[in-house]
Amino acid sequence: MLRVESLSKIFSKGSTNEKLALRDVNLSLGEGEFVTIIGGNGAGKSTLMNCISGVYEIDNGRITLDSTDITFDPEYKRSRHIGRVFQDPLRGTAHDMTIEENLSIAFAKGKSVGLQAGVSKKDINLFKERLQLLDLGLENRLKHKVGLLSGGQRQALTLLMATIIKPRLLLLDEHTAALDPTIARKVLSLTRKIVSEEKLCTLMITHNMKASLEYGTRTIMMHEGRIMMDLQGHERKDMTVDRLIEQFEKRSGAELDNDRMLLG
Amino acid sequence: MSVMVLMGSLELGLIYAVMALGVFISFRTLNMPDLSVDGSFVLGAAVSVVLSLNGHPFLGLGAAFIAGCGAGAITALLHTKLKIQPLLAGILTMLALYSVNLKVMGGRANIPLINKITVFSPFEEILRDYNKLGFSLAVLLLILFLLFLFLKTRLGFVLRATGDNDAMVRALGVNTDTIILVGLALSNGLVGVAGALIAQSQSFVDVGMGIGMVVIGLASVIIGEVVFGVSSLLRRLMAVILGSILYRLIIAFALELGMPPTDLKLVSAVIVAIAMAMPVFKKRLSIVKRKMSITPHERSK
Repeated sequence: MLRVESLSKIFSKGSTNEKLALRDVNLSLGEGEFVTIIGGNGAGKSTLMNCISGVYEIDNGRITLDSTDITFDPEYKRSRHIGRVFQDPLRGTAHDMTIEENLSIAFAKGKSVGLQAGVSKKDINLFKERLQLLDLGLENRLKHKVGLLSGGQRQALTLLMATIIKPRLLLLDEHTAALDPTIARKVLSLTRKIVSEEKLCTLMITHNMKASLEYGTRTIMMHEGRIMMDLQGHERKDMTVDRLIEQFEKRSGAELDNDRMLLG
Repeated sequence: MSVMVLMGSLELGLIYAVMALGVFISFRTLNMPDLSVDGSFVLGAAVSVVLSLNGHPFLGLGAAFIAGCGAGAITALLHTKLKIQPLLAGILTMLALYSVNLKVMGGRANIPLINKITVFSPFEEILRDYNKLGFSLAVLLLILFLLFLFLKTRLGFVLRATGDNDAMVRALGVNTDTIILVGLALSNGLVGVAGALIAQSQSFVDVGMGIGMVVIGLASVIIGEVVFGVSSLLRRLMAVILGSILYRLIIAFALELGMPPTDLKLVSAVIVAIAMAMPVFKKRLSIVKRKMSITPHERSK
């Protein structure tokens, strides 16, 4: 379970370009909660995720994961308990290595990295089993280099790699935004399947308002570095995209001018 | 080309292949051009010569590896902990090593190793004139075998992935700083061994013998890739070795044709520049071909 307390992040501190990217953000995720995050460009969605995963050092606040304080842990240490899928399909896999080599590295998460065999026979059966779930035929291409796969296939593989060792928290940063609509839907339904089966505590950023209500159990809207709306339960069930836009404009006092967000 | 020249080139090619494998680790596997090679090559040579003078040539070979590892570790720490760019970190280590190497050599710029027992001496009786070639080949094959196995271990996987995509490796819970340290140490360790073998083979160490070694290493790696391909890991490693031998043959051929030996570095630099520019040439060529294929009639439309 994740707890973020009065988190602030300032970029270019002390310069004329100083930007307060996150202002006193508080967020708490319960066991198995699947939260979708929406908001315009520069709202702080990705910054929040990068602060949680340790890519950015934070300027104020506290982050705890399963009651362990991880505020000052380096990125790689937090990663042992956090699975991540990035927006860019190229960032989640090593393109010059084979599918089984990529999976082996993911499967070794949290174990010691030494001179043991990189791929073991007994893992391969498990890899095949998991790859079958993707339904992309990758189980027959274990020895193929990942660079040969399409963006969608790579993203599905990254999702598998992020969850093959059950993480305490899964962070998805617009992981379907760079994919064509058909494969994006496939990756999204796959995400839903894995998250519900493994009961993963998940944060998913999306630009798609419809998806934000359709997927997950709770929706958060961010604006100018703050959480502006937190929808759960009945309130969320009765919410429509139109009313969500209306609410956004009323609360932020700004017009929603992001085409991608409306049309997506 | 006489047989003797050919054998000499082969022998040098085999020894420099050890260095080229080291350069391959930093340049290709870690995707990080490491210039400390010029210094760690001499460091290995100096350490091994000093120990050989004291009657321990084989210990000298091992010590050269460890000393090289140390030099690589310094470059890695400068880069990862102090956030100095890889190129500059390598240059700093290379510069510092010049003084260190002179210290190892007791303040002398050149130490001869004539009439001393070298790593090749024990094989003189069995292998006769081929003792240097035979022992170098044995060392190279052993290193090739161990390196291949290493790159197939979990640590080897993570090393390759770090050069490919370091963000992914961190996202999967591994400290990339440590991996870069291991990679650069191993790389420079092999370079140190190559320096030691060259010094033993030539029976001297000179503080300036490392100049341009990184370029020679790069040339070997790139020539190997272009000529022998990159389809599998073993093939890539073999290509580096063959590239190193081919490079020596090219140089020997140029010398036969009457190139003054003083032009050697110039030629090395030109070979690497051309090899690195290959992708650009290929692209230009395809654009020119496309232009030519459009008929004047179509162009006027």
